[in-house]
Amino acid sequence: MALADPTRRNILVILANNGELAATAIYQQFPVSPQAVSQHLKVLREAHLVEMEKRAQQRLYRLNPQTLSQFEAWVQHMQQRWSERFDALDTVLESEKKKGVV
Amino acid sequence: MLVKKTNILAEPGKQEIVITREFDAPRELVFKAFTDPTLIPQWWGPRSLSTQVDTMDVRPGGQWRFLNRDAKGNEYAFHGVYHEVRAPERIIDTFEFEGLPETGHVTLETMKLEALPGGRTKLIAQSVFQSVADRDGMLQSDMEEGVNETYDRLAELLKKL
Repeated sequence: MALADPTRRNILVILANNGELAATAIYQQFPVSPQAVSQHLKVLREAHLVEMEKRAQQRLYRLNPQTLSQFEAWVQHMQQRWSERFDALDTVLESEKKKGVV
Repeated sequence: MLVKKTNILAEPGKQEIVITREFDAPRELVFKAFTDPTLIPQWWGPRSLSTQVDTMDVRPGGQWRFLNRDAKGNEYAFHGVYHEVRAPERIIDTFEFEGLPETGHVTLETMKLEALPGGRTKLIAQSVFQSVADRDGMLQSDMEEGVNETYDRLAELLKKL
């Protein structure tokens, strides 16, 4: 049972509070070895409780929105996506301001 | 530097999403970023995808169609019609994702730009879906990146718990 272990439950709580975390950041939260935490993450992934995404050199973990607090997770993901988009828009606006178009 | 927090309001059981965000630029410029085809590719899509403007006829009744493309060459297309384009304060348009199994799931989008002191702008973007199921389905498929495995995964989970 994926939820039987206290470390695994703690990982879920940490992810619920942080949205998305790199594996290295999760390792730092526990006194046990990174390898041990990594095993717990594997169990959580296999149970579809968390998702992992490789981005650049990092492995990013987040709650699987299908299973845990679906709604909040959706909104959080949307938020992340739109933030990303708007950060790009900020850059566009800055460069347009410099051109003095308006 | 102010924190530029994107606020998303998606209340359970409702068929709309409202997104608000402040920008450190006058609204004429924000309006331009939404209506200039050369600027859209620089910000419209998720960072992991490239955005191409296929059609963009920014006037009432004019059509728009944007393509998102991933590194493998998969394309995701979106299109709609501009209903109202009132510089620099408001754009109303329709929005449809072409990747759905059936057509006709259209969203009505109203984007308002409010001028704030200090040359800043507040964006309020409301999307109204045809049903709660449509809205939640969009949020969900967005997360799944177009692959709808919800029930499969739920079934798998139920077996495990």
